[in-house]
Amino acid sequence: MADAYIVGVDMIKFGRFPEKTVPQLGAEAALLALDDCGLSISDMQALYCGNLNQASGMVGQRILQEIGQTGIPVVNVSNACATGATSFREAWMSVKADVYDLVLAVGVEQMGKGLLGGGGGSKGISKEGLLGSGTMPSVFAEAGLEHTRNHGTTFEQFAKVSVKNHHHSTMNAKAMYQIETPLEVVMNAEMISYPNTKLMCSVNVDGSAAAVIASEQKARELGLMDRAIKVRASVLTSDPWQERDLVMPDVNSCTRMAAKSAYEMAGLGPEDVDLVELHDCFATAEILHYENLGLCEEGGAGRLIDDGEVELGGRIPVNVSGGLLSKGHPLGATGIANIYEVSTHLRGEAGRRQVEDAKIGMTHVIGLGSACGIHILEKAA
Amino acid sequence: MSDGPLPVVSYLKMPPGGEPYLEGHRCQECDCVYLGERQHCSKCSARDSMKAVQLANNGTLYSYSIVHRSFPGIDVPYISAIVDLEGGGTVKGNLIGVEADPEKISFGMPVQVVYDDALGRKDGEGNSYLSYFFKPS
Repeated sequence: MADAYIVGVDMIKFGRFPEKTVPQLGAEAALLALDDCGLSISDMQALYCGNLNQASGMVGQRILQEIGQTGIPVVNVSNACATGATSFREAWMSVKADVYDLVLAVGVEQMGKGLLGGGGGSKGISKEGLLGSGTMPSVFAEAGLEHTRNHGTTFEQFAKVSVKNHHHSTMNAKAMYQIETPLEVVMNAEMISYPNTKLMCSVNVDGSAAAVIASEQKARELGLMDRAIKVRASVLTSDPWQERDLVMPDVNSCTRMAAKSAYEMAGLGPEDVDLVELHDCFATAEILHYENLGLCEEGGAGRLIDDGEVELGGRIPVNVSGGLLSKGHPLGATGIANIYEVSTHLRGEAGRRQVEDAKIGMTHVIGLGSACGIHILEKAA
Repeated sequence: MSDGPLPVVSYLKMPPGGEPYLEGHRCQECDCVYLGERQHCSKCSARDSMKAVQLANNGTLYSYSIVHRSFPGIDVPYISAIVDLEGGGTVKGNLIGVEADPEKISFGMPVQVVYDDALGRKDGEGNSYLSYFFKPS
């Protein structure tokens, strides 16, 4: 099968835009990605649109109603926080399958503020605070403390993830926040669910991101290979059975499975990867994924953050965009926004936060419930 | 309205004249234990392989979080605990009788399941509920 390439990719600055509609936000990113490769919506043969909160609302069609109703097929995708990555992957598959040779993937979300999860309204009475907690900060606190149980990871090590990612975001104009947060500020911020303080929880923001994917032949024909990004691997997994599944959503096994497949598909290993954008929905989660993605040995995640290996300038920079913690986490857009980030580094266009000589990059998202999407990207030769 | 309290979840069983208990289902093919009711096994994919079992009232703390921010009307802080029951089955609930301080909580600490009123919570019809909690044993 011929390779598929990202030829255009972009995101809007993440923020809060209550005055805009979801299709308007999606349309902005779609146009930015089209502009990035000098193409028009009329060049696109299909649209794959990721959105969660209006999953039944035909968001993809409504985006076309904003920017050009060309009659192309539209697939609306919903897959929790892996929604954007899934829509990108569906677009990629359609090109790999040789059904189309030029398609658009969009991810978009408009979020409220406040706690996610835990509202599960079955009949009877509310179970929140009675049968433990189902809020996302608690679920990921419990996943983090499982790592503490197994490897002795400390509150301070979890907190350092936020210090790092907030620092990275000061170099990213498209991040929701660009604020330094020293360790004592992170650790002394309001405790939400121990060990996650408020500054260790991702930011609910509105946002959108989009990518244009082309077959190799089409990219060459259009003269777009100069800035093209090759998709070396695209993998999606669901959660394999684990004994505590019913009370403890598992984000580890599906990530490990996906990482293994992705490295195999790309024919490389973690030592070949120059930067990673991974799913830091909470600071505790980032620590888990260092090991899940093979960035360090089992139990080595605490040391990795202590030694600064995952900072910009370190051995394997993680979340140089600022991550979900500071760039923000518009659920359906996140999976394409991290593809934009990695692509920008591979193109050498990331400015102050550029990872030097970046040749191979990895993106990772988790949709709780669960879905894991991983992509390995490389600058076209 | 019901005469007495109702079970907070379907897997809390209240046999007439007997002690309440948590119910699970064991796969007859692979021996895997699930909390609550189910028909097929998602571990080994066996069909119609489930048999109801009474879960133990003792176990050990696997993981937890200390919840400081929750929804309006919910008392904080409290400990959200994940407990592995002896003989199989993992359950989530509030850990009570321990200070909400990580220094006072240890992984693997033995706990028992206790049954009590659901913190005074009532449904729209005024029914009260029986719930379960974990206590250090």
